[in-house]
Amino acid sequence: MKVYDAIVIGAGHNGLTTAAYLAKAGMDVIVLERQPYIGGATVSRELYPGFTYSNCSYVCSLMRPEIMRDLELPRHGLQVIPYEGGVTMMRNGDYFATYPNHDQNRREIARHSAHDAEAYDYFGAETLRQCRFIKKMLLTTPPDPTSFKPRDLFGLLDIARRFHGLGEEWMYDTIRFWTMSCADFLDQYFESEVVKGHLAGTSIIGTALGPYSPGSAYVLLHHYMGEVDGSIGSWGYARGGMGAVSGSLANSFQSYGGEIRTAAEVEQIIVKNNRAVGVALSGGEEVLGKMVISNMDVKRTFDKSMDPADLPEDFLHRVRNFKIRGSSGKLNIALDGLPDFPSIPDGCRGRTGDMHVSDSMEYLERGYDDWKDGTWSREPYIDMMIPSLTDPTMAPPGKHYMSVFVQYVPPYLADGQWNDEKRAAFGKTVIDKIAEYSPNFKDLILHAEVRTPWDIENETGLTEGNIFQGELTMDQLMFNRPVPGYAQYRAPVKNLYMCGSSTHPGGGVMGAPGANAAREILLDMRIKT
Amino acid sequence: MTPEPYEAQLLETPFHARTSSLCSTRQWGNWSGFASVNAYTSVDMEYFAARSTAALFDISPMTKYAITGSDAASYLNRLLTRNMEKVKPGRVVYAVWCNDAGMVIDDGTVFCLGENDYRLCSQERHLPWLLDSAIGYNVEIKDITSGIAALAVQGPTSSAVLKAMGLVGIENLKPYSLTEFDLDGHSLMVSRTGFTGDLGYELWIDPGAAELLWDRLMEVGSLYGLRPMGSEALEMTRIEAGFIQAGVEFFPGDLPTRPDRLRSPFELGMGWLVDFDKGHFIGRRALLQEKKTGSRYALVGLDIEGNKPALHSFVYQGKDTEVGIVASAMWSPTCKRNIAIASLKTPYHKDNHGLWVDVYVYRELKWERIHASCKVVDKQFFNPPRRWATPAGDR
Ligand SMILES: Cc1cc2nc3c(=O)[nH]c(=O)nc-3n(C[C@H](O)[C@H](O)[C@H](O)COP(=O)(O)OP(=O)(O)OC[C@H]3O[C@@H](n4cnc5c(N)ncnc54)[C@H](O)[C@@H]3O)c2cc1C
Repeated sequence: MKVYDAIVIGAGHNGLTTAAYLAKAGMDVIVLERQPYIGGATVSRELYPGFTYSNCSYVCSLMRPEIMRDLELPRHGLQVIPYEGGVTMMRNGDYFATYPNHDQNRREIARHSAHDAEAYDYFGAETLRQCRFIKKMLLTTPPDPTSFKPRDLFGLLDIARRFHGLGEEWMYDTIRFWTMSCADFLDQYFESEVVKGHLAGTSIIGTALGPYSPGSAYVLLHHYMGEVDGSIGSWGYARGGMGAVSGSLANSFQSYGGEIRTAAEVEQIIVKNNRAVGVALSGGEEVLGKMVISNMDVKRTFDKSMDPADLPEDFLHRVRNFKIRGSSGKLNIALDGLPDFPSIPDGCRGRTGDMHVSDSMEYLERGYDDWKDGTWSREPYIDMMIPSLTDPTMAPPGKHYMSVFVQYVPPYLADGQWNDEKRAAFGKTVIDKIAEYSPNFKDLILHAEVRTPWDIENETGLTEGNIFQGELTMDQLMFNRPVPGYAQYRAPVKNLYMCGSSTHPGGGVMGAPGANAAREILLDMRIKT
Repeated sequence: MTPEPYEAQLLETPFHARTSSLCSTRQWGNWSGFASVNAYTSVDMEYFAARSTAALFDISPMTKYAITGSDAASYLNRLLTRNMEKVKPGRVVYAVWCNDAGMVIDDGTVFCLGENDYRLCSQERHLPWLLDSAIGYNVEIKDITSGIAALAVQGPTSSAVLKAMGLVGIENLKPYSLTEFDLDGHSLMVSRTGFTGDLGYELWIDPGAAELLWDRLMEVGSLYGLRPMGSEALEMTRIEAGFIQAGVEFFPGDLPTRPDRLRSPFELGMGWLVDFDKGHFIGRRALLQEKKTGSRYALVGLDIEGNKPALHSFVYQGKDTEVGIVASAMWSPTCKRNIAIASLKTPYHKDNHGLWVDVYVYRELKWERIHASCKVVDKQFFNPPRRWATPAGDR
């Protein structure tokens, strides 16, 4: 029976990234994917004729340019196109837009607060400093602070040196930043509620924290870390939907001779003598490999796909306590035309970017209160976009695809499990909310895919529907991610590795966990690239 | 009315009323004496329109000569290095022409409108050279630059835009072909040509109908993401496509004031445009000689480490042997590579090891020097299949 050099479980974008790097280095690699299609949460599907949805993730910018280059993703079909600015529609009928042009942006903020208009530059410089500090760590394996191995010591030393290079004042700022709440962070710069409400959105996306919860400032940064062509903090679309990211990775992987098998669900990772030797598929078939690499989140990998006897108890205990609370939902909508948004003036290009209705910090925090009470936000935070305004491949001319990301949506409801009826009620809440700002919206709906955390878990395997494969809080970042002592992509079983977003530097369509895991594996294999 | 020289530094193109009302950056440049928009709203977004939807670019300032008369074909065969006898009416070709020393004077496109009826479009003006080399031929050569309004519609949805404007069958037009349509009684010539390296068309019309054409395009184009584009975005697409530009990759043969600054077609990667079998043409003897003895330079694409454009950097080999110069450079948003077009001394373009460029970046009162290694690659950095597909795709 054939023994592969490596088996990757899951064709999410990280699994494909790891697989492509290994195949490029000459290894014989197979990727096994449970679904009949690839991509995991980086996927595009046509659920209504003529329309392409980005069913889960919808905007692209975190994907590391180094990876695109190494694996030649543009040549394999990836094109990232930026969009312009965004807008928050306010309850009082006004609006707040952002623009890529600095002075247009400044004048727009000044409509709401003259003070904030100029404070925005300070805010921009500070987030840039923080991004610059963290960005260097994205494509490096976190050094283990308890280890005396030279590479760990050098790694720590490097961080320390760069940290001290910031100077005293910025060092304090940085330490505070990592644990502070988004609200405290924004209050340092801004007074206008709508400005803060607009900016705070990214601090809660995918996170079971409110904007007043400590640690939420980091989540904001995690979303700012992206760049499109060196322009930090800007976002774009993958042309053809997010499936183009996984599709180009798959093409790259296959160009190096890799093999992908879809509709191949792994039921169990087979361990013999404390070594991973292969996997058993749900039909009973076994696939053998010299190593096994899991793209699944840590809970699904260790708690659901392994025999507990094969793992150290304290490790398993920590895996079970890994915070992976679901908090997000999504609607994908096919529209018969462009919806009107009367509060946004004609010609304001904010509508080609991210649109929101959360015009204050309180709006967001109240939404979080509902989540804590075990129900979806009655007044949800929505991150609403119309990618077809920028990308002509998403919908027929004149028709539009709308992507609506929703926060907060609990994985378990106070009044019992999710079911079809509750899903429909959740969808109605969101559609009604949008319709408050767009009178003709409902009439234009041709089809809507409504996804709760329950649907996301069932379909992509993301436990509780947590979009990051585990929350991005300080206790679960860097050398603590996913489990202290196991942040270097190796599991406590020999020849078993992790490459999904549960590992450093975390979730989002970034590819960094996958690339880092590949580097560690090649190091173990003593393959030089 | 064309203003008198004392009245205006720059002339207005037939689209000026439209372009000036849309140019919200108020950034204009000088293109052959015409006011030409550098950027309408944002260079990036205009660039991405060209790469993802469609971009509209006013090419009216391009120098245009009408070349007609019973000897027009044989005249062009003498002037250009390329065999023009093979070029039939309805076709467009890219061509270069040289001086007697085999050095390139300029490059351009030649439109074969009919039997012995051509239009030559180029960056620079060359009337004296064209007329002098026509002595003895029965041809008439006229500068018709101001007599034609022209727009480029470039990008993946460009065919769909033109189809929506009523140009029936446009998708079947082959690359480097031209055809005619009627636009409200005006004759509209459309060629499948352009400077972006993507699917795209150029539209040529009587200046009196310029605004009609612009308005019609913008109206139907709104559903297809059509957006006016300035010359800065065009320049990005030009480099990605690996096209050379007069005054950048080479200096027009009659203008350099220093010796040794000229380049032959071979030295510009244009050897494929030289046809020694067609009989005599200007520069033939020198080019034959060069073929035998070898070229001094090679124009290459470079893939450079990092993301800082290496514009006008020296190219080095090994420790510090200077082997060339970067002519054009940019971070390519589409290829996600730091690309450049460089002129290298031969044979350094062949040994792909140990090449590097010195990039200087000025940041907050400090020069940072980046030693970036680089590799010679095909200079057609971007060349998607949709550029060549017939029938053309919709998106
Ligand atoms: C609704 C939503 C919106 C988001 N929006 C954005 C966004 O706009 N931008 C952004 O950057 N990020 C976004 N994210 C986050 C981002 O999509 C994820 O963090 C990222 O895609 C995770 O990638 P991954 O490769 O680590 O894991 P996954 O994508 O989860 O891949 C895991 C793969 O393993 C497969 N699998 C699971 N179990 C098995 C098994 N037993 N056998 C075989 N295969 C198995 C799954 O089917 C899946 O393909 C969003 C996520 C969601 C859910």
